Amino acid sequence: MESFGFLLDGFVTAATPLNLLLALIGVVVGTAVGVLPGIGPAMTVALLLPVTYGLEPTGALIMLAGIFYGGMYGGSTTSILLNTPGESSSVVTAIEGNLMAKAGKAAPALATAAVGSFVAGTIGTLLLAFFAPVVTRFAVSLGAPEYFAVMLLSFIAVTAVLGTSRLRGFISLAVGLTIGLVGIDSVSGQSRLTFGVPQLGDGIDVVVVAVGIFAVGEGLWVAAHLRRKAAEVVPVGRPGMSREDWKRSWKPWLRGTAFGFPFGAVPAGGAEIPTFLSYITEKRLSKHPEEFGKGAIEGVAGPEAANNASAAGTLVPMLSLGLPTNATAAVMLAALTSYGIQPGPLLLQRESGLVWALIASLFIGNLLLLVLNLPLAPVWARLLRLPRPYLYAGILFFASMGAYAVNGSSFDLILLLGLGLLGFGMRRFGIPVLPLIVGVILGPRVEQQGRRALQLSSGDAKGLLGGVDVATGEFVLSAIAITAYAIIVVVLLWPLIFALVRRVLPTRVEAAVGRLEEELHTDLDLDAPPGGTDDRVPEPSLSRSSGSPDAPTGLDTTDSPDSSTTSKKELR
Amino acid sequence: MSTAPSVAQPAAAGPAAGPRRDLAQVGVCAFLLVLGVVVTVQALELTNQTSIDPLGARAVPLVVGIALVVLAVVLLVAVLRGSRPEQEAGEDVDLQQRMDLRTVLLLVGVFAANIALIDLLGWVISGSLLFYGSVIALGSRHFVRDLAVAVVMALVTFYGFAIGLGVGLPAGILQGIL
Repeated sequence: MESFGFLLDGFVTAATPLNLLLALIGVVVGTAVGVLPGIGPAMTVALLLPVTYGLEPTGALIMLAGIFYGGMYGGSTTSILLNTPGESSSVVTAIEGNLMAKAGKAAPALATAAVGSFVAGTIGTLLLAFFAPVVTRFAVSLGAPEYFAVMLLSFIAVTAVLGTSRLRGFISLAVGLTIGLVGIDSVSGQSRLTFGVPQLGDGIDVVVVAVGIFAVGEGLWVAAHLRRKAAEVVPVGRPGMSREDWKRSWKPWLRGTAFGFPFGAVPAGGAEIPTFLSYITEKRLSKHPEEFGKGAIEGVAGPEAANNASAAGTLVPMLSLGLPTNATAAVMLAALTSYGIQPGPLLLQRESGLVWALIASLFIGNLLLLVLNLPLAPVWARLLRLPRPYLYAGILFFASMGAYAVNGSSFDLILLLGLGLLGFGMRRFGIPVLPLIVGVILGPRVEQQGRRALQLSSGDAKGLLGGVDVATGEFVLSAIAITAYAIIVVVLLWPLIFALVRRVLPTRVEAAVGRLEEELHTDLDLDAPPGGTDDRVPEPSLSRSSGSPDAPTGLDTTDSPDSSTTSKKELR
Repeated sequence: MSTAPSVAQPAAAGPAAGPRRDLAQVGVCAFLLVLGVVVTVQALELTNQTSIDPLGARAVPLVVGIALVVLAVVLLVAVLRGSRPEQEAGEDVDLQQRMDLRTVLLLVGVFAANIALIDLLGWVISGSLLFYGSVIALGSRHFVRDLAVAVVMALVTFYGFAIGLGVGLPAGILQGIL
């Protein structure tokens, strides 16, 4: 176990008094900001980036790790204590969590979320420490053609699998790629899309894009729809759990972790699917299924663990391949670049000390969160009552300050406003923001690798499919590149394939889709009698969704109107 | 891609969705079309040195530009066939009420004022105005308290960043006083 030695070194770096203090500040500030309604983990990291600017990279990363887990934890506190769900990853936690809170059980709900986050975060970080070097070893063997194909795959996965509308996902990606094109082309030295503006020569800073889209865009969007009457906050005492609560929580924590980590680690896995899978699994396995829909502790413990484990999982591709798979990872990558660190397969080799210090501080941050958050919960609950004008004015204020501090130039503020309006429009028109950010970050790198692949093959298009073996001088196809392209084709053609499969196997698939659909509706429709039609056809939906890589699309299609209506009729 | 529009209408399954089209989306099509044309035209002005760089600086912008134009057309078709966007929800977002464009425009105005003033007046003054203006635009009516909060926030961030973190925010006309 070479990783173990590196990890110990990481702890030595992370455990100096200064770095511990930075981790502590990160965790506290991250939680405080993440708790605020309307501020998800991605925006928390984006808004707090400037705080890390004055630090050297190691200290900055350690603080960022604290902000990251703090922001995650803060988000789930909000969703339990407010009667409106916030970001999509904590929607499932909010279902039972908020019901528990309303039933006077806010304390055990917060406690099971906190301990579950700790368990999942710790196991997830351990898995990260194990898998990151493994994936890196694989990643450094990749040449330009393979890397090009893998990054294209991650584009398609983030765009076509997540979200409800593929078309709008691709629109977002294309706009992101356009933003990524701005600047002087590094190979030929020609200006692209700079319109003669000298400040655009270096391109648009990714941090400015992230802050603009996540913070300013969100602030303006909420301002346009601000609730007249502030959402109701459930009062809370000091969180704690009874022996019974522990007994009912520990298995869901572990199962949630098992769902969350793998989904987080693959491109386009996200947190939505594993939290949902965890929820339906717990509902099925629970000894108290009648409590689901009225506030069952398993329904908080499992999804919350899945959410955190998924967050740890996203760090695997982020650190080992430089691929962002969710919005928070995208902002973290932007942060890395702003510290002058080049993300990608060589990161773990070149910046080994830094990465292991980051991983070690994830453990430390996680522990600090647990110690701090149980006693501090009433304070966080009070933050939820912050007057909304202050909250959203504060977002614009800190966003401007942060964007200005990147380069000390007011030109960035003009970009920030433009990007904020873009983010506003995207929210209005249902265009997801994640593909845009991924496009901005990966676009230039995809282009670079593609051009490099074709340089190696002197312009022959098959240079994208493999390379010349140095030893034999013969052209060898790359299995990795071809597999990646094959998956891309399957994902893109999935709606067609799905339609075809449905024609061939009408009843079974319809039943499966119907099951998932029913499940979603009974769970989200809180007035429906709990339990419902649960035991009728339990197998298809779960087996279809849990293992296979097409699971996300399977869920996705339940939204398509034709399939849902027909299958519902079938079931009734 | 041709099947995308049918996947793109989750709202149709819900009870709230009516047959009404959301024609404001045509504006998105226009935006994408203009952007696509600009990117394509710019790409065509680039030159390629094929010997050392076969793909060149032109290929990717060309692909992106054409993709934007194609997406604009596909979205237009989808919109005309009744595709509706799923607007983003959130803790403080009430999608039932009409969009309050007045507040948004006020905020944009305040933000733009900050851009114009930050280098001249410095962060302490322009940041205070940014916060104060935003709070009032968002509906707060505690004029004195809000101003005090704004000034304190601007001062704290200015000194916090300058002393604690070594990141300089502009002092502007208050140079020498602060």
